[in-house]
Amino acid sequence: MAKPLIRFTDVSFQYGRIHPGETSAALHNINLEVYEHEFVAVLGHNGSGKSTLAKHVNALLIPTSGQVMVSDLDTSDQDKVWEIRQQVGMVFQNPDNQLVATTVEEDVAFGPENLGIPSLEIQKRVTEALQAVDMLDYRLHSPHQLSGGQKQRVAIAGMISMRPKCIVLDEPTAMLDPEGRREVMSTIHRLNKEEGITVLHITHHMDEVIAADRVIVMDQGRIALQGTPREVFSNVDLLRELHLDVPQVTDLAQRLRLKGYPIQEGTLTVSEMVMQLCPSD
Amino acid sequence: MSMFKNVTIGQYIPGNSVIHRLDPRTKILATTLLIVVLFMVKSAIGYALVALGIAGVIWASEIPWRYVIRGLRPLLVILILTVSLHLFMTEGRVILQIWFLKVTWEGLVRGLMMGSRLILLIVGTSLLTLTTSPIQLTDGIESLLTPGKKIGIPAHELAMMMTIALRFIPTLLEETEKIMKAQMARGADFQSGGIMQRAKSLVPLLVPLFVNAFRRADDLAIAMEARGYRGGEGRTKFRELKLQPMDGVAITIVVSFAVVVGVFF
Amino acid sequence: MVKVALSDVNLEIEAGEFVGLIGPTGSGKSTLVQHFNGLILPSSGKVYVDGVDLTKKDTQLRLIRQKVGLVFQYPEHQLFGETILEDVGFGPRNGGLSDGEVEERVREALEYVGMDYESLKDRSPFELSGGQKRRVAIAGVLAMRPSVLILDEPTAGLDPQGREEILSEIKRLHEERGITVILVTHSMEDVARLVDRIIVMERGCVALDGTPVEIFRQADRLQDMGLGIPQITELMRELQAQGLDVNTDILRVEQAEEEIIRIMGWQK
Repeated sequence: MAKPLIRFTDVSFQYGRIHPGETSAALHNINLEVYEHEFVAVLGHNGSGKSTLAKHVNALLIPTSGQVMVSDLDTSDQDKVWEIRQQVGMVFQNPDNQLVATTVEEDVAFGPENLGIPSLEIQKRVTEALQAVDMLDYRLHSPHQLSGGQKQRVAIAGMISMRPKCIVLDEPTAMLDPEGRREVMSTIHRLNKEEGITVLHITHHMDEVIAADRVIVMDQGRIALQGTPREVFSNVDLLRELHLDVPQVTDLAQRLRLKGYPIQEGTLTVSEMVMQLCPSD
Repeated sequence: MSMFKNVTIGQYIPGNSVIHRLDPRTKILATTLLIVVLFMVKSAIGYALVALGIAGVIWASEIPWRYVIRGLRPLLVILILTVSLHLFMTEGRVILQIWFLKVTWEGLVRGLMMGSRLILLIVGTSLLTLTTSPIQLTDGIESLLTPGKKIGIPAHELAMMMTIALRFIPTLLEETEKIMKAQMARGADFQSGGIMQRAKSLVPLLVPLFVNAFRRADDLAIAMEARGYRGGEGRTKFRELKLQPMDGVAITIVVSFAVVVGVFF
Repeated sequence: MVKVALSDVNLEIEAGEFVGLIGPTGSGKSTLVQHFNGLILPSSGKVYVDGVDLTKKDTQLRLIRQKVGLVFQYPEHQLFGETILEDVGFGPRNGGLSDGEVEERVREALEYVGMDYESLKDRSPFELSGGQKRRVAIAGVLAMRPSVLILDEPTAGLDPQGREEILSEIKRLHEERGITVILVTHSMEDVARLVDRIIVMERGCVALDGTPVEIFRQADRLQDMGLGIPQITELMRELQAQGLDVNTDILRVEQAEEEIIRIMGWQK
């Protein structure tokens, strides 16, 4: 298999403060590899360590023991921090608190400006990045005129303009309405498919992980479960124990299976269920 | 938010006029000159000339007159107060007496002069913000202050602070309204009572507002760090300011106008 | 907060009802609920609460607000008290109650949201976790002993466990105290299993009004508005579209299970 883009080796992190007012949960002995072009979803209830994990990928947090490698860069190497942050873009939960500038285009330019990229090149990248998230028509708008979903797409464009290999999204949909969630999810899937950007998507919405290549379930700072969505959702009881939701269809499939009826384990979507019940089509 | 709706100071009206297209530094310099000139002119002709000049700029900027006039409204009280103070308090030839109030000829002249000075000052400076986007304005200020770095003026940091402030003002206004409503839903009363009572009633509004602002500041700091921000060192600009021939022409006109009006009138 | 205009809204909510209010963002849900306690007064028309006309000049809106409790979105962002007692007691104190009565109300309200009065009353609300802050903030409204409780997306941003806790507390309040509840939400699964009646807002008007079964029968109409239906209802409709003769008035997984076993002719 190809070389991993991100590699966690025996990573532990003691409970600590990043900035006043925000504490982060501990991590225990995490071993994890994320490959280029992969779409990995990380699930877990609040305080399970999923955000702490995310902040380790771009050196916002440094492991207490163990090692996090991004490409060939060690996140604990002070001199490599900026290079790592260029390669790993990060989108956060609150759409209001991560846009810096007074217009959309200026905000998308913020990252490249920090990287010291020449003016003309920045302008090119801003246009491309806004195109990629389908927000080019809003380039002169100010952030407070946008909906939550649009703000998150601008935040994503702000990452794309830095040309990262990977984007880490830390519960980007938690504060959005269903419409906004759909916009953001389809945007990151498109970026993953069309631009080949590696995605690490952190969420507690089960329906957002169904289309992922791989799902990691966190609990108490450890990886409790991982595999394809189908494998993970075959463990309905364990997911419940970890205080996670199960989509209604998966729940139904599980109930029918337990009664001995011929339904596949880990049925995830309405159409999969329909296919099993109406095989003629 | 309704109570801030009528403030046009600081508002930007997008456009593509000659004035809009000037370099922000040119406009900032011109506005500074205007202020200096207004404190130098002593004659009615001088004021008339400045007014004519400003009218010319308004015309060239294609900004609707009502926007310019509207900018005066919040300052109407100060304007009336200034004019009437001069009108009634100046000693001299009495031309009209209403009960104990005496209007003197000298007072009338001084009142009108002060009034015109104030109006021209407000209109002139609001023209700067009406035709210059906040971003251009901050870029302009940053660029003009950059030579001052040697004597310790933090040009980049000031510009960054202005940008963030401008970005978050609407957000904070919205938040203020929301918290006010939430506390009113719990029976809070922000309107009645004496001064002490009212000041006390603001605690449930101000505490959450500050707590939330700090939380936002934390979030923003992390987000900026994640986007590779490390101060002004080595940063490039999305849009570089470049003086055009038009700016040379504008500066020449403004400077000669200022010298003539300031010195001779 | 953007104020969305309402037009020609006619609505009656009976005492003791559990109503779900849904609609796309910008449809006027938030504007509507702020009419219920007089935070916004209609530009034309009348609003009555318990027979009192809110638009009349001499109506004491402060009394109405004690009766109609409104929990805004992200209510934990409005916490201000040095102690939890002070914060939760804010409403009752504004209602003019004595210290003893206020304490009694705070104790009761905290218990309703599953929090311990004795160990928490002197602590700062800012030390609590996100989910706990939210519950303290909701207690701040409950402490007024409102007979109507309106909640604007009370579970937004919470994880599944936090959502479940808050919703079951609201359900208990409705069942045990007979309180009238109006729940604004985006979750079709939640309204489907909790409420007796759904009101759907669209562009400032009441678009649909009925029982959950009646509302979710109009799946196409809901989809046009950008709203969904519970996944389980969607499954049943899809099965019907494939030619199976299933009952589509199904909102819960257990119902679907029985119906599928029946239609497939599987032996128990």
